[in-house]
Amino acid sequence: MRKTLIAVAFAAVLAGCNSQQASAPQNQTDAGFESKLQEQLLDAKPGSVIEIPAGHFHLKRGLSLRTDGVTIKGAGMDQTVLSFKGQVVGPEGLLVNANDFTIENLTIEDTKGDALKINHGRNITIHGVRTQWTDGSKTSNGPYGIYPVKTQNTLIEDSEAIGASDSGIYVGQSTNVIVRNNKVHGNVAGIEIENTVDADVYGNSATDNSGGILIFNMPDLLMDGHSTRVFKNTVTANNHDNFAANGSAVASVPAGSGIVVNSNPKVEIFDNDIADNKTANIIISSFYSTNYSSRLGVEPNYDPYPKGIFVYGNRLKGGGDSPSGLEFKALKTALFGLNGHFPDVLWDGYSDPKFKGKELPPGDRICIQDVSGVVNADGPDGYKHPDTDMKPFQCTLPKLPPVVLNPEPKV
Amino acid sequence: MPAKFFRHLLPAALLLLAGCHRAMPAVAFHADGRPPMLSDWHVVEARDGKLELNAGVVPYSLNSHLFTDYVHKLRTIWMPKGESAKYTAHGPLDFPVGTIISKTFYYPRAADGKFSDVARTLDYAGDFAGQGLDLASVHMVETRLLVRRKDGWAPFTYVWNEAQTEASLARTGDVQALTLVDAQGGREDFNYVVPDEGQCVTCHEADMLSRHIQPIGPKARHLNRDYDYGRGRQNQLEHLVAMGYLMGLPALGDVPRDANWRDPSASLDARARAYLDINCAMCHNPNGVASVTGFSLGPDTPEDHRLGLCKSPEAAGPATGGRLFDIVPGKPDESILMYRMASTRPGVMMPEIGRSTVDREGEALIRAWILSLQGNCDIVH
Repeated sequence: MRKTLIAVAFAAVLAGCNSQQASAPQNQTDAGFESKLQEQLLDAKPGSVIEIPAGHFHLKRGLSLRTDGVTIKGAGMDQTVLSFKGQVVGPEGLLVNANDFTIENLTIEDTKGDALKINHGRNITIHGVRTQWTDGSKTSNGPYGIYPVKTQNTLIEDSEAIGASDSGIYVGQSTNVIVRNNKVHGNVAGIEIENTVDADVYGNSATDNSGGILIFNMPDLLMDGHSTRVFKNTVTANNHDNFAANGSAVASVPAGSGIVVNSNPKVEIFDNDIADNKTANIIISSFYSTNYSSRLGVEPNYDPYPKGIFVYGNRLKGGGDSPSGLEFKALKTALFGLNGHFPDVLWDGYSDPKFKGKELPPGDRICIQDVSGVVNADGPDGYKHPDTDMKPFQCTLPKLPPVVLNPEPKV
Repeated sequence: MPAKFFRHLLPAALLLLAGCHRAMPAVAFHADGRPPMLSDWHVVEARDGKLELNAGVVPYSLNSHLFTDYVHKLRTIWMPKGESAKYTAHGPLDFPVGTIISKTFYYPRAADGKFSDVARTLDYAGDFAGQGLDLASVHMVETRLLVRRKDGWAPFTYVWNEAQTEASLARTGDVQALTLVDAQGGREDFNYVVPDEGQCVTCHEADMLSRHIQPIGPKARHLNRDYDYGRGRQNQLEHLVAMGYLMGLPALGDVPRDANWRDPSASLDARARAYLDINCAMCHNPNGVASVTGFSLGPDTPEDHRLGLCKSPEAAGPATGGRLFDIVPGKPDESILMYRMASTRPGVMMPEIGRSTVDREGEALIRAWILSLQGNCDIVH
């Protein structure tokens, strides 16, 4: 009943932001700019460089590009702004289906759907791009800021993502990816790497999101992910209320999460500064904890257990003092008292029943070093028998090789 | 042989019928470039109060149609002399270089006569004058061409002028404020959106890797139905064979056929799957634009998570409407699919482009279908 009420209230909120009401008038300059840019994108040839001058331009229609080898270049993140506040045709700001694509030095704002989506493509470079919803962190904001999906050899760097109602930077179903030196804030998820193989996430700053950096595997997609390294990031105070719509994967992330691994194998987390994330600085969990796992809805060969997770050498501080969700609040109080806090790592306790009572294969273990402690929350048994024994996690795993982009990006 | 004979005789016969009427110049296939006017092609033209089809231009319809704001569509196929398409069972017919497919989007005019008032009706009967359209009773908005050139299909969209005499190329699309008026006088203002060239590709790109665009409608299962050619009804595929436009057609009993989703004598399941096929499966198929969602709505998708049953959405964001799964059997109001069909907000609505209003009848059909589905999405811990 409660769920139904929420859904109805939510639908009413969304119904309020009708496209007709939202569309602001477009002046002649903007209209001329828009059709010229559309034609440049339609007529681009391999090698074309489309330069967008400084200015704040209002666009009504989502843009698209389907030619290989094109570069889109603004005059700078603060200088060239494409605003989709009055968008009538969407849903994306810019949709790209092309190889050898580079975009740099501009901002995409207030799109109805995703800001920058690259759907299928090889050798993608995103440099100095800001995606933002300017009216604050709202459920009705578009889901993703920077969103490559089904790409290979992808670099996202020196960019900024603000206010996405799902993930600021989201890399899905891709292979060979580097996400580095970006700033993400005010999103539900700062950076999310989902069903992706071989990703390096480093040098990023994630703060004021509901969850800082997420490494997820979801069922029923084109590919399953593994092998992500998360290092040298600053993941601080990601305590924003979770404003994602129910049903999306990130809606299950408790506000106050630093780095979250969900069902994704082979993840290495090291050399990060992680602090003051109120639920926990690091969470390791299973698809079963997302509450989306129904028998009919999940492919039979999907592996929901995080395996081969290696956490070591991070600098951790604070956090775990005010977890979200009734279960976690009760758990924290029961284990550590009203004024206590969770230790650095929270594990939901789901492990592969195939190995129940047996030792996991060494490569499948969860190995955790250099932390203040680990809570096994005992999710499978309704959080009834949690424990804080560190022994099961005292192990080492072979380190993952670095991701090498080949060919190297031109920027 | 008789087929080709018939086809080449037909233009002459039409000429005779036209009598005092000046004949249209032959259809012009432009192998490259972007002709600025629809009349540069001589496929369909406004002449003497009618939208006329040129000689050799064959009208056709589909078993089930894509919803586009209640607009009516007149579809045609033309092929160069001596050329014909090869039959294929699943994808679009294999059309030869030179093929021109046209689709004219028009509304029956609303009773009050104001040009921007258009009728909300699913009844096509009053639209036609012979095989063409009666311009006194319709409001033409746009004509889209898909032209099979040597290097693949090329899309062109022409928007009709208010005088309804000519349509000109609109590469970057158009938005027109119209009002739908129903039989009871109920009115709904909306923006009719003519797609830009990039958006044509969004739906017509059948394979994300090859990135080739394809026609969507002229597949055997959509074409396998009768059409009234004015000289009697005939199965459309057999008519194409008789015209010399199609080779390799098996016995009709062996040709797949989607249901007409408005046919009450077809099963609810067949009607719903036909609706989802023509409205969704151009993107929601294992190679299409929406392949990354893992949610397919083609006619052959098995009835499990691949058809969205109890499946978590991928990348839907706020478009979930707070609902957990794409389709919850028996529970349309808990199914994301229904939420997105009922929305007109870009970023929420599905299909993501191509409409500004809700397909009320289609929504009712899919609601009834989800209600009829068995099973549940109980959470497993």
